[in-house]
Amino acid sequence: MSPAQPAGKPEAATAILAVKNIEVIYDHVILVLKGVSLDVQKGGIVALLGANGAGKSTTLKAISNLIKSERGDVTKGSIEFNGERVDGLTPNDLVRRGCIQVMEGRHCFGHLTVEENLLTGAFTRKDGRAAVARDLEMVYGYFPRLKERRSSLAGYISGGEQQMTAIGRALMSAPSTVLLDEPSMGLAPQLVEEIFEIVKRLNAEQGLSVLLAEQNTNMALKYATYGYILENGRVVMDGEAQSLRENEDVREFYLGIGGADRRSFRDVKSYKRRKRWLA
Amino acid sequence: MVAFGQFAEVLIGGLLAGVLYSLVALGFVLIFKASGVFNFAQGAMVLLAGLALVRPLDYMVAQGFPVWAAIVLGLAFAAVVMAASAWLIERFVLGPLVNQDGLTLFMSTIGATFIIEGGAQMIFGSDVYPLRLFPTDAWFLFENQFPGGILVNKLDVWGGLIAGILVAGLAVFFQKTKTGRALRAVADDHAAAQSVGIPISWIWFVVWLVAGLVALVAATVWGTKLGVQFSITFLALKALPVLIIGGFTSVPGAIVGGLIVGAGEKVAEVYLGPLIGGGIEYWFAYVLALIVLLGRPQGLFGERIIERI
Repeated sequence: MSPAQPAGKPEAATAILAVKNIEVIYDHVILVLKGVSLDVQKGGIVALLGANGAGKSTTLKAISNLIKSERGDVTKGSIEFNGERVDGLTPNDLVRRGCIQVMEGRHCFGHLTVEENLLTGAFTRKDGRAAVARDLEMVYGYFPRLKERRSSLAGYISGGEQQMTAIGRALMSAPSTVLLDEPSMGLAPQLVEEIFEIVKRLNAEQGLSVLLAEQNTNMALKYATYGYILENGRVVMDGEAQSLRENEDVREFYLGIGGADRRSFRDVKSYKRRKRWLA
Repeated sequence: MVAFGQFAEVLIGGLLAGVLYSLVALGFVLIFKASGVFNFAQGAMVLLAGLALVRPLDYMVAQGFPVWAAIVLGLAFAAVVMAASAWLIERFVLGPLVNQDGLTLFMSTIGATFIIEGGAQMIFGSDVYPLRLFPTDAWFLFENQFPGGILVNKLDVWGGLIAGILVAGLAVFFQKTKTGRALRAVADDHAAAQSVGIPISWIWFVVWLVAGLVALVAATVWGTKLGVQFSITFLALKALPVLIIGGFTSVPGAIVGGLIVGAGEKVAEVYLGPLIGGGIEYWFAYVLALIVLLGRPQGLFGERIIERI
């Protein structure tokens, strides 16, 4: 089932996060992921692309293990973080090890102030108040807007500020890897760009590894180094971001460019993409 | 002057009685704040704490222990029982229901109520056990100003003092400590709290432990007042209007709500009662609660329901 491996496929040895052929079943019956494999390089930004229901969020939750409390189970395959098996650990264990998820839909603590929200991210840390205070300033450095709103209740700030709060909160756990689920959801294009720029800077300046689940393929491929495309719980294609951007099928199906000879949906039958990618 | 003396006595008695309701309401607020669960079992927990305190206490006194040692050991034993029950509830009732609907969790606490009530009485017995931790006689104040003075029950004053200390301690805990902040985070969004590495099971254990200890404090006061007996569980029903008036999420609200209910029902009983044949005390609190619900559904001190549109 694994797709043809294009040149430039990252070596597993340098991968900080390695997902190998995982299968996820919800409620003991609903098969959502049917053997997904992916690698995230140390210091890389890897995009996980695909339509609604393709299994992007499920993949991230399987890694962070938030899936347990949604009655999901990883039934096959393995997940390694920093060379160690982490499937079966609690989310708390993973955050301690430096892998944290920013959930889809922001999920700020509405009745806590912005600053309190950020501080909850440091819950697992044991390296003292001074280090936490330093990281708080670091987060305010990247998100100056949050500093202005530090004492507002997070429930009352704008959607963009909430997304920043959610990312900043995750950064407060001093992670090496962030699983970023759909940061563009419900935000104006300009804000999306602003947030992606900050993620890119965090990646460059702090060496943060990012696994980014996105529907906004164009934006994600602009910032990512590598990409995986999920369809129906399977990886149907992967490659360098550059090569994906130039790929004729990706351009047509996910970026909406090209395919001039096939204007009507009637011409774009699903078997065709399956045939081409799975061949 | 006589009329004013009587009014002052009724009002003070009512306010102090109200503080005792607050003690029970506090336990509800703690758990609701931290887990979004309306804990129907709080009344049963007061019963359990009371029984776990009074039975070993009586036993030790009968064995010839000095009374102070028996009280200290009895309180310690009851605290351990509350910790154990907090652990069991987390492990077997709430743990498996993480991220479930609030109503599901509420139903599970109704189940827990019956198990705690039954279990507590099976282990410790189901009679009425008198408890004497606080003085129960009365003071007569201002005897020079008013004929007969103003009667104030010493037990009620103790209850007020204890409630004040509890509230101050809890406010500091919730607002200033890392665990307190984590508790509020869990209350807002279980899933998000989990995602930042807050271990939900540990937090829920802490919450139920604190609520259990608050139940123990309530049991010392109410046990002294009524004797430790099954009817103590009905305090949960008295706490309900207190919560509606004060707000389910506010510790100061539980206190103010208690004061309003206590003073309201006593004053209504004495001054309105004769007009409509008495017996007002038993339902007046619910009328107050209904009025608050109509005008301010989150309660006087409750958190505004935040909804972005």
